[in-house]
Amino acid sequence: MGIRLRTKGTSYGVKLPENKLTQESPIEPIPLPQKVIIPLHQNIGAPCQALVKKGQKVLAGQKIGDSERFVNAPVHATISGEISAITTVINPPTGQPVAAFVITSDGADRWVELEPPEEPEALSVKEILGKIRGAGLVGLGGATIPTHVKLSPPEGKKIDTVILNGCECEPYITSDHRVMLEYGEKILSGLNIIRKVLSPHNIYIAIEDNKPDAIDHLEKLILAMGFKEDFKIVPLKSQYPMGAEKTLLNTLLGREVPIGGLPLDVGVVIHNISTTKAIHDAVFEGKPLVERVVTVTGAVKNPKNLLVRLGTPLRNLIDYCGGIDGKADEVILGGPMMGISQPDLDFPVTKGTGCVLVKESSPIRERDCISCGRCLKACPMHLMPTMLAKYAKAGRYDDCKKFYIDNCFECGTCAYVCPANIPIVQYTKIAKSELIKRAATR
Amino acid sequence: MYIVVLALMFPTIAGIYLFGYRTLLVMAVSIAVAVLTEYGVKKLRKRPFVMDGSAILTGLLLALTLPPTIPLWMVATGSVFSIAIVKEAFGGLGHNIFNPALGGRAFMMVSFPAEMTSWVLPRGFVTDAVTTATPLAEGFVWQLDRLELYKAMLLGNIGGSIGETSALLILIGGLLLIALRIIDWRIPLAYIATVALFTFALGQDAIFHVLAGGLMLGAFFMATDYVTSPITPKGRIIFGVGAGLLTVVIRLFGGLPEGVAFSILMMNAVTPLIDRHIKVKPYGLKKEG
Repeated sequence: MGIRLRTKGTSYGVKLPENKLTQESPIEPIPLPQKVIIPLHQNIGAPCQALVKKGQKVLAGQKIGDSERFVNAPVHATISGEISAITTVINPPTGQPVAAFVITSDGADRWVELEPPEEPEALSVKEILGKIRGAGLVGLGGATIPTHVKLSPPEGKKIDTVILNGCECEPYITSDHRVMLEYGEKILSGLNIIRKVLSPHNIYIAIEDNKPDAIDHLEKLILAMGFKEDFKIVPLKSQYPMGAEKTLLNTLLGREVPIGGLPLDVGVVIHNISTTKAIHDAVFEGKPLVERVVTVTGAVKNPKNLLVRLGTPLRNLIDYCGGIDGKADEVILGGPMMGISQPDLDFPVTKGTGCVLVKESSPIRERDCISCGRCLKACPMHLMPTMLAKYAKAGRYDDCKKFYIDNCFECGTCAYVCPANIPIVQYTKIAKSELIKRAATR
Repeated sequence: MYIVVLALMFPTIAGIYLFGYRTLLVMAVSIAVAVLTEYGVKKLRKRPFVMDGSAILTGLLLALTLPPTIPLWMVATGSVFSIAIVKEAFGGLGHNIFNPALGGRAFMMVSFPAEMTSWVLPRGFVTDAVTTATPLAEGFVWQLDRLELYKAMLLGNIGGSIGETSALLILIGGLLLIALRIIDWRIPLAYIATVALFTFALGQDAIFHVLAGGLMLGAFFMATDYVTSPITPKGRIIFGVGAGLLTVVIRLFGGLPEGVAFSILMMNAVTPLIDRHIKVKPYGLKKEG
């Protein structure tokens, strides 16, 4: 058996126009910004406590926020300079306002002393996890789960399979694709660290077959670096939302994560390509997470893949790419399917920002459901989306629960295939937040 | 919608060929009145009128289920009822409980029973009509052998509604819609298979019952209407089986010679119930117990 397995696919989901405008564009560092904005809460866990004060000088890579809580990742200064203000921004993962440091650059880009370990191979699991947490790593695919948490399965949960997620199934986004082509060695080294921590039986690298160059490249590297059949590459049919954890592990392994559960409940841990590269940086180079690759695409003059210091305002990225092209009026963080509209261009790039998509907003011309059933066929969670939308519209949120609304991860496939243009995801989002509100008041 | 209209061209052209130019007039009146009624009702309800093809489809479907000799003013009445009462009074496309074309036909059945059950033999473009009985009616006599009868029913060379007599051409249109994934194969298959098996079990001629009356048109073009049929795969099979059982019961034990229209309408009525209780098993649902 070779290291490349047979291509797998699923009947659920939908084939989308790819619009990968930037797949041939090498990663390009953007000039350092005059100021960065660093929110103190950039993960799905607890917010950080401030470690520095206004007026204080900081170095790039210096830890400026941390917490005692386990589910948390610290934040670092990403340029050298002075803490010039403390402001408030809206944290995309939670929608809550959080405090943020504004650092004004001194232009010198002075760094803290990085402390790469002398013998990285000899580190214990505990030391590795310490370094990963210390570097502030979170899932860079957008979920922003602290990486050390995902690498610490609870007592009694045996992880037998690790999947490296290089699907990048959303249209437009190419940041993971470029990272695979340009940082392949670091990805495999990071994956080797994950193997050491979790010691799974199987390790798969899942890549959609619209990126044959990445598949070939990683296959060659696996052989060149001597990992042989320890790491197996699984090409996947390009079909949205293949890269969603639950869809991916179902396609690969035929397992289903219980409703409300996590992949680790069925013995699987899934890490994103860029996260795995950052694991290598953290463990081998002692480098904290201060930059990431962001695809800037859509209606900008020159779409690019940029290497960006976290905290850089979105405006800088768009300007660097030649500005907005035409009459586009909407900026989306993430892809066109699951991304969130961001009206404020002074908002910073955060750990979960893989893509900045500029586009023309489209008015919704919603018509009535004709019960064609296309959304049922497409839903990767095997839900009945139109029923959820109907009940949500009528305010019957308890009925939404009977149709398993909690299983929905808002991929938007249903709304995409709907011939009546019903914004089904918006309705389910409203129903979910209403259900949360109700649960809180009870 | 327009693809369904296109698929209906097979039985439509067959109807014109078999029963003559007058059928064109029936269709034109039915479609024109349907579209105008929709326009008028939308204006009255102060809702936007969208030419989505659904009124054309309803008008055409209604015409195909009518006897070739039906008076035109009756066609117009049925068409108005289909759109104004069966569809728009319930809230328009997407909210109607009953298939509009079948609702209109049912209304005409009870309002004009004599005209709705007088049939002629297909004579093509000859104008003098010879009255006959449909194969399902009591007075039907067939002189030749069984095989010739099946052939006549497949090609439509037999008394019946404008678009219902040629089982073969309806089948071609229906299979086209299945191949294009416009309609789900489950409903027609479950429906026709149930009729075949049930009539066979009762010692009847199953092939005859499958080819006779409005079953083919009903199974492929009426029962598969998205709005008035269940949304889940399992629900659609239940719908097809239910309609099949009811059709046979009406045909063999009921007072009417044909039961396709009423059986589909009855299953339309239970569709909301089916959709509420027949759910798809969601991803990750733990098995109970």
